[in-house]
Amino acid sequence: MDVIITYLPSLAVSAANTLLLFLACAGVGAVLGLVVAIMRTARLTILREISRLFIFVIQGTPALLLLFIVHYGIATLGIRLPPALSATVALSLYAAGFLGEIWRGAIEAVPRTQWEAARSLGFARTQALLLLIAPQAIWIALPATVGFLVSLMKVTSLAAIIGVVELTKSGMVIANLSFEPMIVYGLIAATYFAMCWPMSVLSRHLEKGQHATR
Amino acid sequence: MPNLSLQFWHVWPHLDTLFQGALLTIALTVEASAVGLVASLLGAYVLLSGFKPAAALVRGYVEVIRNTPFLVQLLFIYFSLPSIGIQVSANQAALMTMVMNFTGYTIEILRGGVQSIPKAQLDSAKSIGFSKLQTFSFVVAPQAIRNTYPSLTSQFSLLLLGSSVVSAISAEDLTAAANYVQSLNFRSFEVYIVAAGFYLALSALCRITFAAIWRLTFRRWE
Repeated sequence: MDVIITYLPSLAVSAANTLLLFLACAGVGAVLGLVVAIMRTARLTILREISRLFIFVIQGTPALLLLFIVHYGIATLGIRLPPALSATVALSLYAAGFLGEIWRGAIEAVPRTQWEAARSLGFARTQALLLLIAPQAIWIALPATVGFLVSLMKVTSLAAIIGVVELTKSGMVIANLSFEPMIVYGLIAATYFAMCWPMSVLSRHLEKGQHATR
Repeated sequence: MPNLSLQFWHVWPHLDTLFQGALLTIALTVEASAVGLVASLLGAYVLLSGFKPAAALVRGYVEVIRNTPFLVQLLFIYFSLPSIGIQVSANQAALMTMVMNFTGYTIEILRGGVQSIPKAQLDSAKSIGFSKLQTFSFVVAPQAIRNTYPSLTSQFSLLLLGSSVVSAISAEDLTAAANYVQSLNFRSFEVYIVAAGFYLALSALCRITFAAIWRLTFRRWE
């Protein structure tokens, strides 16, 4: 147990790293995901097909392989990225694939008549999307988006495998040093739980709230 | 100077290694989901049994599994069990963790499925002399699975892709095979792209198989 207290400060630092990685991937992923969702609902067939292929590939490939392709794969082609950057790139793409699909669903869940009403009032397509459809779509997409953020938080643990020193990686190191794998990994799991559970509860709460208003 | 030429021919001599890995990935996923399905039906039953302490325990289990990373669960199992004197191989630890993880998600799904069965059916089963076990296996389980079929099959696909993480504890799955091959030929980009192609093909195969199973079995009930 003493061993754990010794390593507590470094665990706190690596928990902060996990949070940072999560925020970076969620941020970049959200921007890319928005692009994917807009492409997915665009009028141009080529845009729709490209984004569909992107979603198919991202959702059909393990996140770990995305990490390997970005970190080790690109390195053999001569471009070496530091692990943290590789993880951010790979997991942002991962987030974009899932958020893009969630938000496409939300955009399409807004009744078509809303589009028609906007058009008949003389709104341009972009205006209609931004001013009328988006505010409604955001509300519809909120529970699933928060739910995906829980998955994203958990997926950041895979960055440990390519050597990013975040919560899971320092857990591996400390478990090796202390010979107390059960306590160390239990503590790591508890830390993840503390970060994920509030979001899970929020997601469920939002979902219930929406059913109540309908 | 970056060398951006792709050399996929370095991968082809190692395809059989990748196939071997893919076989273990498939085996792990099928075994874990079969065991997990039975376990989670029981879990769903406990949730609905009205026996409060047991239901609270199952609910706590579900929350813990859903809010912690698979990798941490895997490390916990693989390294903690030996520390309390239970030796497990990497493949066994992988299978156990996959069962536990899968169960955490499917209990909730199946609870909904079991709840959707009209109470009258349970009464009729009782009235024609079905025991509890018979009612469960011939009335409750098949319908619970049918009613939640789309959610269950998408959980299966997630399990398939998530299983790549077991390579982290040197289980010999598809991702581990890819790691091994790229350590031989140093063409990691091409190797991982081919492995990703394997996973894409496997998940497409899953979708086709599940659609076929649906057509052959459950659809005839309608």
